[in-house]
Amino acid sequence: MTLLSLDRLTVARGACPVVEDVTLTIAPGELVGLIGPNGAGKTTLMRGALGLLPATGASSLAALPPAARGKQAAWLPQAREIAWPVSVETVVALGRIPYLPAGTRLSPVDAAAVEAALERMDLTAMRDRAATQLSGGEQARVLIARTLAQETPLILADEPVAGLDPAHQITTMEVFAGLAREGRAVLVSLHDLGLAARHCTRLLMLHRGRLAADGPPGKVLTPENLRTVFGITAHFTETPDGPVFQTLEVVA
Amino acid sequence: MRFGALIGGLTALTVALFAVSLVTGPARTGVGAGLAALLRDDGGPLTLVMREIRLPRAILAVMVGASLGLAGAAMQGYLRNPLAEPGLIGVSGSAALGAVLAIQTGLAAAIPLGLPVAALTGAAMAVLLILALAGPRGTSLTLILAGIAISALAGALTSLVLNLSPNPFAANEIVFWMMGSLADRSFTHVWIAPPFMALGWGMLATLGRGIDALTLGEDAAEAMGIRLSRLRLTLIGGTAAAVGAATAVAGAIGFVGLVVPHILRPLVGAQPSRLLPASALGGAVMVLAADIAVRVVLPERDLKLGVLTALVGAPLFLHLIYKTRREIA
Repeated sequence: MTLLSLDRLTVARGACPVVEDVTLTIAPGELVGLIGPNGAGKTTLMRGALGLLPATGASSLAALPPAARGKQAAWLPQAREIAWPVSVETVVALGRIPYLPAGTRLSPVDAAAVEAALERMDLTAMRDRAATQLSGGEQARVLIARTLAQETPLILADEPVAGLDPAHQITTMEVFAGLAREGRAVLVSLHDLGLAARHCTRLLMLHRGRLAADGPPGKVLTPENLRTVFGITAHFTETPDGPVFQTLEVVA
Repeated sequence: MRFGALIGGLTALTVALFAVSLVTGPARTGVGAGLAALLRDDGGPLTLVMREIRLPRAILAVMVGASLGLAGAAMQGYLRNPLAEPGLIGVSGSAALGAVLAIQTGLAAAIPLGLPVAALTGAAMAVLLILALAGPRGTSLTLILAGIAISALAGALTSLVLNLSPNPFAANEIVFWMMGSLADRSFTHVWIAPPFMALGWGMLATLGRGIDALTLGEDAAEAMGIRLSRLRLTLIGGTAAAVGAATAVAGAIGFVGLVVPHILRPLVGAQPSRLLPASALGGAVMVLAADIAVRVVLPERDLKLGVLTALVGAPLFLHLIYKTRREIA
């Protein structure tokens, strides 16, 4: 069983393809990190997979009707937008929209999902505060909680940990890992290769819109890949405390 | 719960102001006698005044106010901008142009419903134009830009009609009509406009879920299964039907669609879907109150409703901006 399958997905913006011929599948239980330098096509790949951008090739998500897609995959965009000063709880409850026929209220099942999401992201204490008055990192956690409340088998998150403090970066990655252990799957784009190496079960490395490497962190974060794709060197070892990855310097 | 109490309170206020509107006017009558004459035909002039002059006026005030309030809340919710207002898509300007042409050509005087029908035609033309410009593949930005262009064009054409008008009486009538009023409206107005308004309300009322989701941005809303192009078409159609019909019977009444959602937003926890019914009732309250005020403040001078809503609405808006500028910054 797969939760997402892409077959030769190509997304063009204007004339030039930003994502080209990407073929992959994601199965339950995987926490997949999507890595690559700026402009490699990480966001475009995820939006194309969701059907938010016109694409050629096939995506199992884009093929679904919109209502069914909202129950299959939750999408956390990079832009952290909360337009109105609604309460934290209201924002998180928006994640239940795919389950609510027009004009109906939250059922006890919905309320329980919202409650669980608030708890998971450590937000119960600030549930009644206006979401727009929180700090950027707190807003990021609120929006992650919204995708959790959607209770989809698959979550696609675009740079969810950018701007979070170290503790909440780790907690967020552990929440995602926990969802994967429950049999769901998460595709998360990351710039922090250390977090990617430590927490992800599998990494996808994008280079100029193409899939340069796909596999467990140790097979992807090789010196050759880091040099050709990122232009850096790094130190990567297995320790008793788990894998440790440290970037070193830029390759001339 | 608080939201229920708010809706209940606004409903009670609407009903109370509706009753006050019925007993306000130049014909001095007791409250009891007026309402009795409304309910029971006594064959006298009082029944005629109540049924043919005041009742349609009060009904139209409720419907025009609700249309403007609801469309304003929907437009702000869709554009995620508290400065949006229903006139933004050019429907009010085009409806006014249609009405102005009807007055200028004499159509308004020749046919009983000439003016509102011409205004509705103007609104329909604006919708066709905006759909061509910002239709299925448009974005919220193309909608705003197309709306501004259509408003400017309608405004220029209205000025052209006034500019070239050979008849000073027609020009005078046009200027006064454009100020907006509910005076001397009859039941023929009640029959022509409210079906369109009701249609518009029906369309706008379905938007709650979509504009709630849009709180998180267009990308997130679309990924949650909201069809943005359908949402945009429903918004344009609903606003055009409700606001076009409101302009057709009442002229241009400014600031209601802008101020009412703004005042009520904090009271509904800022949730766009809850703002829809609250703003519809709030708009009815504001227009009823303003229409009572124009009859009480300067009974002899025919103070125009649109003048009063702008006179009261603009300072109120400035006050709100002053109060919330720290949040806005």
